[in-house]
Order: sequence, then C-alpha cells, then structure tokens
Amino acid sequence: MFTQDLLDKSSLLRKKWEDEVKKVIAKNPDMRERWSTVSDLEIKRIYGPEDIKNMDFEKDIAYPGQFPYLRGNQATGYRGKYWTFRMFAGMGTAVVTNQRWHYLLSTGQTGLSTAFDFPTLMGYDTDSPKAKGECGKCGVAIDTIDDFRDLIKGIPMDKITTSMTINPPATALWAMYCASAQEQGIPLTKIGGTIQNDMLKEFIAQKTLMCPPEPSVKLISDTVEFGTKYVPRWNTISISGYHIREAGATAVQELAFTLRDGMEYVEDAIRRKGLHVDEFAPRLSFFFNSHIDFFEEIAKLRAARRIWAKGMRERYNSQDPRSWWMRFHTQTAGCSLTAQQPYNNVVRTATEALAAVLGGTQSLHTNSLDEVLCLPSDHAVQIALRTQQLIAEETGVVNTIDPLAGAYFVEALTNEMEEKAWDYIHKIDEMGGMVAAIEKGFPQMEISDAAYKFQQQIDSGEKIMIGVNKYNVEDEIVDIPIVEIDDSIEQEQLRRLAETKRKRDGRKVAECLNDLAEACKKGENVMPYCIEAVKNYATVQEICDVYREVYGEYRDPGIY
Amino acid sequence: MKDLGKRVLAGDVRAASRLIRNLEDQITDTYIAIQEIFKETGKSHVIGITGAPGAGKSTLTDELIQAYRSQGKTVGVLAVDPTSPFTGGALLGDRIRMLRHAEDPGVFVRSLATRGAMGGISKAVGEGIHVMDVLGKDRIIVETVGVGQQEVEIINHAHTVIVVLVPGMGDEIQALKAGLMEIADIFVINKADREGAGKLYKETMNMVQMSRDRAGVSKGWQIPVLLVESVMEPHKFAESVEKLRDKIEEHYQFLIDNDLISERMRRKTAAEIQEALWGAVMCPILGELEASGEMKRMIDHCLLKETDPYTLADEIACRYLKEESDKESCAES
Amino acid sequence: MAQRRIRILLAKPGLDGHDRGARVLARSFRDAGFEVIYTGCHQTPEQIAATALQEDVDMVGLSCLSGAHNYLYPQVAKLLRDQGADDIVVVGGGIIPDKDILPLKEAGITEIFLPGAPLETINDWIRANITPKE
Repeated sequence: MFTQDLLDKSSLLRKKWEDEVKKVIAKNPDMRERWSTVSDLEIKRIYGPEDIKNMDFEKDIAYPGQFPYLRGNQATGYRGKYWTFRMFAGMGTAVVTNQRWHYLLSTGQTGLSTAFDFPTLMGYDTDSPKAKGECGKCGVAIDTIDDFRDLIKGIPMDKITTSMTINPPATALWAMYCASAQEQGIPLTKIGGTIQNDMLKEFIAQKTLMCPPEPSVKLISDTVEFGTKYVPRWNTISISGYHIREAGATAVQELAFTLRDGMEYVEDAIRRKGLHVDEFAPRLSFFFNSHIDFFEEIAKLRAARRIWAKGMRERYNSQDPRSWWMRFHTQTAGCSLTAQQPYNNVVRTATEALAAVLGGTQSLHTNSLDEVLCLPSDHAVQIALRTQQLIAEETGVVNTIDPLAGAYFVEALTNEMEEKAWDYIHKIDEMGGMVAAIEKGFPQMEISDAAYKFQQQIDSGEKIMIGVNKYNVEDEIVDIPIVEIDDSIEQEQLRRLAETKRKRDGRKVAECLNDLAEACKKGENVMPYCIEAVKNYATVQEICDVYREVYGEYRDPGIY
Repeated sequence: MKDLGKRVLAGDVRAASRLIRNLEDQITDTYIAIQEIFKETGKSHVIGITGAPGAGKSTLTDELIQAYRSQGKTVGVLAVDPTSPFTGGALLGDRIRMLRHAEDPGVFVRSLATRGAMGGISKAVGEGIHVMDVLGKDRIIVETVGVGQQEVEIINHAHTVIVVLVPGMGDEIQALKAGLMEIADIFVINKADREGAGKLYKETMNMVQMSRDRAGVSKGWQIPVLLVESVMEPHKFAESVEKLRDKIEEHYQFLIDNDLISERMRRKTAAEIQEALWGAVMCPILGELEASGEMKRMIDHCLLKETDPYTLADEIACRYLKEESDKESCAES
Repeated sequence: MAQRRIRILLAKPGLDGHDRGARVLARSFRDAGFEVIYTGCHQTPEQIAATALQEDVDMVGLSCLSGAHNYLYPQVAKLLRDQGADDIVVVGGGIIPDKDILPLKEAGITEIFLPGAPLETINDWIRANITPKE
C-alpha cells in the first residue's frame, strides 16, 4: 500500500508520538487499561500506515462495483437511489396490519416488511391450543389465504416489494403471496420481495423450530429452485445474522456464522438440485444487525461484502459478478435499546442507522424508541422512519461512496474482522459444515459464552449501558404510550378462521394435503403443491403438520 | 413435608422427588422413609446409560422412554449432571431433551447433581431407584454424567448397562480398554450416519469378540453392538431405538433365564450396604471432626509433615471403634 | 452434614424463542451455587407445572418475550396451586408493562424482574426470599 519511504517516516513520527504518550500517561493515566468494542475486540490507541501496509489496493480495496466489492456493489452508490426504507410492521389481524402498511407508505416508506405473530411463525393456527394468548401479539396472524388477501389489499404487488419474516412455514406463506398475485392477474415474474426462509439461524439463535436441520434445508432448496425457475425477482433466502447477534453473538460471530450459513445453502442447492451456482446465487440476500459500536459495525458490513465475493469466486467457482455481490438489509439492534429512559433509544438507533448506511446497506429498518416495551406506536414509528430520511436527506453522508475507505483504523478493523471470521468459517468446514456444527452445538455454545460474558461485563460496569448501569434515574416513571393488542383480537381471528373452514371444500383440502405429503416423501419440490393447497384454503398449520408428520418434529435441544 | 415414606407408597410424585432430595441434602432421619419403602422395592428393571459427553445419551433416553411408552410400560428416569466444583451449583440439562413426556403420568424424570460424588452418578441414585421402583415404574433408566472412563459405578445399580459411543470422538477404544468394556451389556453406536461409524463398529465388534468369555456379571451373554441412526432423521432414529429396547428386554430375560439376576442383585445390595454404612459410620465421624475443628488441625499437622493421614486415620479408627466395642461390652455386662 | 441446596426451574412458556435472557440466567444461577433445570423454549404451562413437581424445585422462573405473559404466567401459578404446590415460588421476567405488574402479582407471581435487572440483584433476591423446604 505504501512506499518504504513513507513507512520509514511514519515509523519515526510514531516513535516520537509514543514517547509523548508515555509522558502524558505518567501524569494523567488513561481512564481504562483496556479499550474494546462492544464485542470485546481490543482496539489500539491509534492506527497508522503500518497497520494496513500489507493491503493490496487492487485486490483488497479497489472501487465500488469492482471485486472484491469492499466499497459496494453499485458503481453509483446512493446517488441513483437511497437504500430502501423498509419498516418491519405487523400486528393483530390482517385488516389492522393492512391499515398500518398504508399509513407507512403514505409517510414515505418505500418497501414493506411483514411481522407475523408467533403462532404463524411457528406454523400453528390461531385455534391451536399452543397459540392461546399469543394471537396478533407480536405481529399479524395469518391462518389462511383469506387473511392474506386482506393483508395485501390495495398494495400494488407488481410495484412494491414485500419482505416476509417467516421461516419454517415460509413455503406456505410464499405460496399465499404467489397465489394472491395470480388472482390479481399479476404474473409471478413481476412480483418482487423476500422471504427470510433461513432455518440455520433458527437452530443457532432464534429457535423458531419445526423440522430437523436436514429436511429444513431441503425445503429451502425447493424455494430456491422454484424462485430460480418461476419467480426470478424474488429473494428466496435472507440469510440472517440479525437474530444471531440479538442472541448474544459478537460482531465477528455474527459475520462468520451468517456467511457460513449462506455457504451451506449454496452447497445444498448445488448438490441437491443440481443447479449451477450462478443460476440462483444472485437472488440470495443477507440481513445484518447494526449494533451500537459504530466503527465495528461499519467494518463488519464492509468485511461481509469482501468475504462473500471471495468465497463465491474461490470456493464455488462462480463466474457471474451478480453472484459475488452481497446484498443486504440491516436492522438496528433491538438488544442495544433500554426500557429505562426510552427516549435515549432514538439516539442509539440514529447512530446504528448511520453505521449501516456508512457500511453500505441496501435496505434498512430503524427500531422505534418504544420497541423494547411494546409494539411501536404510530408516532414512534414515524420518528424511526424520519431518522432514516434525515440521514439520507440532511446529513450529507450519501454524497460520496464509502467515505471511510482508506482510513487506517477502519481498514485495519475490517481486515481483522475478516480474518477472525475466516477462522470460524474454516473451523466449521472442518466440522463438516454448518449442519454438522449445529448438531454439535458449536455456534450455540459460542454465542452463549459471549452473551454471558457481556452480561457480566455490564454487571461489573466494564461495559456501559446508559440508564441501566450508569446515569440511572431513581424511581423513573416511563410515560410513553404503550400499544397493546387487545385479547378480543384472538376472538376475532378465531371467528375468521372458523368461517373460512366452514366455507371450504374439506375433501379438496384433504386431497391437496395428501398430494403435498406424497411430494415430501418422494423428494419433489413442494412449492406447486403448496400453492394448490392454499388456493383451496388449506391453513398454515395444516401444511406445516404435513411437514412435521413426514420429516419429524425438532425440539429445542437447549444448548447453553 | 411429613410422612414421606407413606406418601411415596401412595404414589405422590412430589413427595417422591422430595425424598430423593432429602437424601441428596443428607437430611437426618430421611432413612426412616427408606426403611418404610424398602420392602416394596426390587420390582423394576434398571437400565444404565453411560458414555462420553456429547454422545447423545439424553436424546437416546428420550426416545427409549417413547419406545417403552408405546408398549404401555411406565418409565422412571434419573438423569445425573455434574456439580460445579467451584460454586456448588449445577446445570441440570438432560431433562430438556425429555420434555415432551412432561405431562405423561407414566413418566417420571428426576434430575440429580453429582454433589461431588465420583463414578458418574450421584450418591442418591441408589435410593432414587428405590423411590421410582416403589412408584411402580416398570423400567428405570439411569443416565450417568458422562465425564470419562471411571463411570463404572453404574454397574452396582443397573441390571442392564448400555455404553453409548459416537464416531469421531477420538479415543473411544482407549476408553473401552479402560473399563467401560467390562460393564457394557449392550454397545450403542450413536449418530451412525457420521463418518467413521463403520470403523468404530468394526473396532467395537472385535473388542467384543475378544472378550467373549468375560467372567463378569452377564456371563455367557453375547454383547451386541447396535447402530442407532441420527436423531436428525426422526423416523429412522425411532426405529433403531425400538430395536435397542428389544435388546434390553432380551438381556434382562437372559439374566433371569440363566439365574444371573440374583448375582446382580447381591452386588447391588452389597454396594447399598456399603453406602449405608458410610452414612451411618463415616458421616457422623466426619461431622464431629469438622465441628470440633479437629479436621482443620489434622490438616495443618499433615501439611507441616508432623504426621501423616494414615497415622491419623488409625488413631481415629481406634478411638471410635474402641468406643463402639466398649459400649457393646457395657451392654453385655 | 445436612445442606439444603436451592433448586430452580427456569422455563420459557409460549412460542417465542428469545432465550438469551434464560440462557444467561441459567449460567448465572449455576455460578451462584443453585441447581438449575432449564426447560428450553416453547413449553406449555402444563409441562412447566408438571416438571416443577417432578423436580421438587423451590422456585420457577418464567421468561416470555412475546407479550403473552398475562395468560401464561398466571396459568403456571394456577396449575401449581391446583396441585397443592403453592409453596413453589413463581417469578417472572421480560418486557412487562407497569400496569400488568400488580395483576400478575395478584395472580400469584411473587416477583417481576424487568429488563436491565443485574444478575447479582436477581441472585440476591433468591438468596433472601427462597428458603429450601424441610
């Protein structure tokens, strides 16, 4: 990177500076002995040319739109188009959520993102005993295509892209989306969006569990294949680090486990479906967390792009640059917010959103200040959305692409995180891949260790959370409005479900489910069967029960 | 909680759990309850499951419960996890794999911590088995800690001992040599889809054939080596565990048919008497030594090399045992 | 020689899988010298109550972050009461709005720990309030 002459000069000047530091410290010692990121990565007092002298500008940095895409996939950055302002929303019944969506679009949001309630996420209908007390609480309740039609009422499916945070029942919900589009006369080639559909991180972190890892990955490969052939604008997997981080992982662990998950999906689609990597890899998308440690997050996102590009080219012989691009959505860190002094959360979210933008995100959700307490209120959501709009339109950070490139510290930290991530990736390779590592409990234990360590650091005051272990307010009264989902929603949804069940042709439903079961047993792609089943009003749970029956049920092995 | 013995005899689950707890906590007078129930014990078939950590013992136990329940048999489980030597706390994590049976009245799972006991089980296991037995559990499964090769204690409690091995753990064969070999009635090669399962199977078979004439407690029994599929293939896993269940039953029948069961029972009873003696003789002595501060003084003297543990033990034995014989002679006169 | 050890059941009722808090607490309880049984995610109140009885615990700690605490927590307390085990202390944690706290306490939840409660505070509370039974 640098001439020997410059390095020599730097070394001289550095020595001088070090002497000065020693003198100052002797009189005024540092406040702390060790300085580290929120993930406990040690940070030096200063970085200089010597920290990045081994970098090769052409191979390691280059320009946006050039391998290894450290500086972004697109040549024009945010000048042609800002990132997508995509706020995660869902509550109560489909009708209620549809109203929230229209409100968000009217305030300048540019993409939709669906939060489902827990019964839907786990593949249970509202009338299941397991669903009691949970309906509509954390997201929207969807049991049948009748609900889905209400959810997307008035939304132009060929213009707005919709993301659905759904994992084990992803095939069922995506089938509803496809079937609804067809009902509206919109061809599948015209619809765009994302299903999260990332089961590996569920086993590692979020624990939305249904079937064992192996058949879960099979179902995912079905969607990859179906999307590749018939729904080319759809992102069939959103490989997610968000939940891994929320479960207590460090930034490096989030980076490593997420990318290794992505590699596992690539390997499975190649092996099981006989697809060429470049047929499907351009539609893989990622989803990261943006936590409170500003530079660590920027470095993480930059490193992620470079690791993926290298991995795709070198590990899988991909030839298509679109496969090398890591495209990702980012959400600010829910776990960094505090219930204490909740208005401080606006500042945290703004900092995290800025890091995501400087890291080059394609899409962003900003948490609302009240999300640590309840579902977000309209007002809180508006502030969160305005935070993004403000970063885009007022701060000027979008003027130039990857403004932090070349900064000694940022590049050195990016390199360090990449190195540490590859160490994990290689370790998991040695274990036989991510499914094998999960079966051994490896990523789960690493995350549990990190989570416990962080909590101990908070308790000891080594790490600070304002309002939790510093600057606390005695007898604080939190006077923000609490949004709650009334229990009457459950009754309403039970009524809706009963009505759909009454009007449908039970024999036809049974037939569809039987066909689906047969397809599962034969190893056929389940998607066409799912679409047929939902058109005939099969419920989310009925479809998932087929999977549970054929593939077996997986329970939390509780590795901690 | 009062009348523990009677309540256990009446089938009270919580009282049963409390009785085991009183034994773990070494609450005085708990033995009265054991005396009350002892006559009713000896009906259950006790199965020990041992093997290295991560071998999948709990998951296997969970499926074995299922296999027995499908035949209408009731099951008790004693799952042992290690106590932290530093804090005295314990994460009792085996049960998490068995929670699907939580509401089944035919299944009773009790987690135990080792509380410093060696040998892979808790001191309360023996009595725990009695308690489960009296509750009428047809099969009692004891899952050991799985920390290493010294886990041979289980042989004193179980009629059938299953040793679980998994491919890719490195030193399986060394472990076999070191002792588990001598206690196994059935070998299970778990996660048999993994690389190295074939090799492990062959090695284990060789080992089993070489020691065919073992003089142990299952004399004449042909030790089977069973392959169990990965739990990630739930249907195949269930099938292979059903085969394991049938093998366990076959082994028990073999013990009965060949009149070996009485030998096992003698061994078990001898171990229990030893354990009870420890409680009756050693515990009070140790308690007194601690309370009087004599233990501390003895340690100090030993550290200064003024005396040695053997001399001290001899002195104490003379003192206490002499007192006992004095009392006896007093009683006689 | 008698030494009562505190036994705790840590449980996650309901369908949410946010188990970070529960996992951290499980370790913290062990390090505080308690014996702790963790149920893992997705347990029904019935499973939790049955487990508490079989394990003869002194306390059940509930963690639920899905907003269904108003149904799930009281249900666990009620099932324990119904089975004559009202001496088992039930505590809860999670995102609990202030206005829910009193009704939960009236429904038999002895203490509620809110986000940000330090591990040591929880451990101290247990040491002060949980007495292993005779």
